[in-house]
Amino acid sequence: MVEPLVLKDHGGESQIFFDRIVLGFGLLLVATLFLVARMFYLQIVQHEIYITLADNNRIQLQSLPPIRGLIYDRNGELLADNVPTFSLTITKERVKNMDAIIADIDTLIGLSAEQVASFKRRLKRRKRPFESVPIRFRLSQQEIAKISVNSFALIGAEVEAKLVRHYPQGALMAHAVGSVRRINEEDVKKLDPVAYSGTDHIGKIGVEKFYENRLLGNVGHQRVEIDARGRLMKILDATAPVAGNDLRLTVDVSLQRAANEFLGARRGTIVAIEPNTGGILALVSKPSYDPNLFVTGIDFSTYAKLRDSPDVPLFNRALQGQYEPGSTLKPFIGLAGLVTGVASSDFTIDDPGWFRLPKNKRLYRDWNWTKEGYGGHGKVNLEKAIYRSCNIYFYQLAVKLGIDRLHDQLALFGFGVNTAIDLPEARSGLLPSRAWKLGSRGQSWYPGDTVNIGIGQGDILVTPLQMATAVAILANRGRVVAPHLMRRAQASVPKLPNVDQVPQEAWDLIIGAMEKVVHRGNQGFNENGTAWAYIGQDISYRMAGKSGTAQVVGIAQGEEYDEELLNERQRKHAWFVAFAPIEKPRIVLAVLVENGGGGSKIASPIARQVIDFYLQNNPPNKMANKVPVPLLNNSGRNMAINRVDQVVKR
Amino acid sequence: MSQDFVRQLSGASSLSKRFGGRSVFHIDIQLLCLLVLIVSYGLLVLYSAVGQRMEPVIAQTTKIGVAFVVMIVMAQISPVVYLRFAPWLFLMGIVFLVLVIFFGITVNGSQRWLRIPGVFSFQPSEIMKLVVPMILAWYFHDRHLPPRLKHLFWAAVMIAMPAILIGIQPDLGTAIIIAASGMLVLFLAGISWRYVVVVLGGVLASLPALWFLMRDYQRQRVLMLLDPESDPLGAGWNIIQSKTAIGSGGLSGKGLFQGTQSHLDFLPESQTDFIIAVLAEELGLIGVVVLLILYVLLMGRGVIIAVQAQDTFGRLLTGAITFTFFVYVFVNIAMVSGILPVVGVPLPLVSYGGTSILTIFAGFGIIMSVHTHRRITL
Repeated sequence: MVEPLVLKDHGGESQIFFDRIVLGFGLLLVATLFLVARMFYLQIVQHEIYITLADNNRIQLQSLPPIRGLIYDRNGELLADNVPTFSLTITKERVKNMDAIIADIDTLIGLSAEQVASFKRRLKRRKRPFESVPIRFRLSQQEIAKISVNSFALIGAEVEAKLVRHYPQGALMAHAVGSVRRINEEDVKKLDPVAYSGTDHIGKIGVEKFYENRLLGNVGHQRVEIDARGRLMKILDATAPVAGNDLRLTVDVSLQRAANEFLGARRGTIVAIEPNTGGILALVSKPSYDPNLFVTGIDFSTYAKLRDSPDVPLFNRALQGQYEPGSTLKPFIGLAGLVTGVASSDFTIDDPGWFRLPKNKRLYRDWNWTKEGYGGHGKVNLEKAIYRSCNIYFYQLAVKLGIDRLHDQLALFGFGVNTAIDLPEARSGLLPSRAWKLGSRGQSWYPGDTVNIGIGQGDILVTPLQMATAVAILANRGRVVAPHLMRRAQASVPKLPNVDQVPQEAWDLIIGAMEKVVHRGNQGFNENGTAWAYIGQDISYRMAGKSGTAQVVGIAQGEEYDEELLNERQRKHAWFVAFAPIEKPRIVLAVLVENGGGGSKIASPIARQVIDFYLQNNPPNKMANKVPVPLLNNSGRNMAINRVDQVVKR
Repeated sequence: MSQDFVRQLSGASSLSKRFGGRSVFHIDIQLLCLLVLIVSYGLLVLYSAVGQRMEPVIAQTTKIGVAFVVMIVMAQISPVVYLRFAPWLFLMGIVFLVLVIFFGITVNGSQRWLRIPGVFSFQPSEIMKLVVPMILAWYFHDRHLPPRLKHLFWAAVMIAMPAILIGIQPDLGTAIIIAASGMLVLFLAGISWRYVVVVLGGVLASLPALWFLMRDYQRQRVLMLLDPESDPLGAGWNIIQSKTAIGSGGLSGKGLFQGTQSHLDFLPESQTDFIIAVLAEELGLIGVVVLLILYVLLMGRGVIIAVQAQDTFGRLLTGAITFTFFVYVFVNIAMVSGILPVVGVPLPLVSYGGTSILTIFAGFGIIMSVHTHRRITL
């Protein structure tokens, strides 16, 4: 290829070059000014914004979590404590290969797929780099040892200590005290972000929930200078956290333990109330569960087992279980009869063993009725109707009273309303009325509905706590108390007025009849109190009681109730309500044994054992002189543990 | 008028002239002084950025010392030699770049280094930063200017070959800078504005295409520039923290060694690519402007030398090196202050690291050589 000869025009070339380089330099100056302008914008115009950002980076407001208040029983025994637990945390920035380290941890101490999944969820919610995220909670000593030995291979993983709630009584007090749970995403939306800034747990059940604000305490803060890795460089200033208030409950752990034992392996519930105050002495619901499982997050299979168990251990039978009261309602119906004048003390009936409404084929049977036609209690007055638990008498009385008066009189004792002060799970049961039936079923009230209410069956439902509370009002002869768990707890507004329309003779008659349930004996089978044979023969104090059975399945007309033929789960629930001593009641009790069968046979011996235990261990004079056990000073200890908690992780 | 300007500039010319342009040592004192000033200023900032430890400063000073020697040596070599060897250097550079593809060492996912076993490792792409403008200056040296379309074609090939070879390493930042340095030669050679418009338009038009060529991490950097808050802990972190460092510095800064962003490790790469943020945080806008003034003076000196150069090769080469230097400055500061995506471009003469310092000093060595060897005879 031959290049055509071109003469170079040197002058022109350098002129072009000169123009271009001057232009280029001009552009360079413009670009430099542009950079200066950019810097001016960042450093002068937006200086305030960035100085704030830099300080936010550097200065971190760390929350110092308050120590949750402790919970004690009435004698100072610890029910809820805070103990250090160790969890394994991972700092993402320090980990080279996340999957590898998770696999290593899995081989060392085991990790479920679920734990890995929730770890990854937490990892996404981190607020800053170098924030450590927990992957396994509640490490055992062996697990900690395994991790320490292998720490060289687990760079980025660390064992961290934190205080968490611990329930030393385990399953025993689970239904009485409740428990805390990890704060979840739902909670976060509702909670005060400041108050909970250092806290991982919140009371979710029971008094832990109700007294959350008291127990929580006040979060403390410290302003610290940190580096980008979150390492604390220096503490600038600090406000110490204030520990939550301790709670002193009315429950008596020893009574609870005893009641729990007496109930044995059966499903059921025992509620014991101090009639004078309404303070709950024992609140047993069986089966129960270990609340400690829930504190740091339960694994799914264990939770599923608890949730799906046919015995529903998570269900608080004492507060949430709504049962037919059965014959335990009879004293209250009798009282209603006396107050309204429908039943005078000498009002008697002839009990043929069955009852039939006029112009109605339906046969209402007494409990001792058989197909052969045997049964009935002969001549029955109110007293006998209670100690023999005569159904026919109460069928007639209920019909005579009518639903409106029945409803109003029963409502005085707290049926159909929740009077509990500090038991968030408590339900209100169901006290049927004309209005209720019309509203919920769109039907008008039939006399047949009233008949069943007379013996505590049909639509009426009560919780064991309600039953115990009603009996406490009875034992107090009308003075209303509201059930509660914390000592000196008071309802802001009294939920019920005192029952003051009842003449003393009426109280005497009803309480006397309940006394005969237990103590009337050696009169022949058809004349003895229903519970005498089981608990009344060797009793050293005076107890008032009433048994009851609540139907689980309906019995068809003309069919005999044969317990043997029924599936265990279809058997009647056994009730027994009682208070003692009669002269000056110190304990009121409601016992319910699910599918236990007869109330007197099954439930009354348990009630007797519980009351025996309580009266023996709490003699009246001792009660008066009892010096309260001083509570540990929580705050002093808190500070020490706090320091442990504050150790800043690399 | 422009001739007057040249004369004026010539009046304020270098010290070596005193020795009748035939000084023993081929050095431009003004460039030298400016370089020493900038490097010292940089070492001070580096000393702060590394947390007032002496070892990195000494290490960097050593590297600067070596680079200084290289500059002096290269200044002694006559531009004639560069002109003569330019094609060979270019050929060698291309061969090296091809070798990198087959024998290169992979660091952080890209293959940039070539190791001569037992001797040393180097990045052929660094050499190309000087060789590409050199080969273009060589190409246009004895051709009629402004260049014709045919010459532009071959020039484009000379730019594209190394740029593509470097781009596939992948080292997009260096590829773009090398392409830019080549195009600066074309610009200075006086290509018609029509072509300038076409090239700029082509570049703009190819930006979307570039998007598809980019790797995920590169795309992410671009996205982060647009919205760093979308991933404040991950990819957006660098930009947010560097802007915070700069902005919090204010007019006069937090004081030397007092920067919280850098000393508490919030600022990433605070001693290398993001070192300007340390300067901005501790010495404020004033500190940044002082550095920019030094840079402008340095480049102004480069421009004067280019204007005074007596032949096309020296002119084009000096101008291209000077403007490429500015591209570094601009891209780095724009990137750190959040105007351009994060590409790995160090702040020339200030960032910690030997490679870029060496190339830059070598470049100034060539400029000194052009200025102090007055006659080019072929």
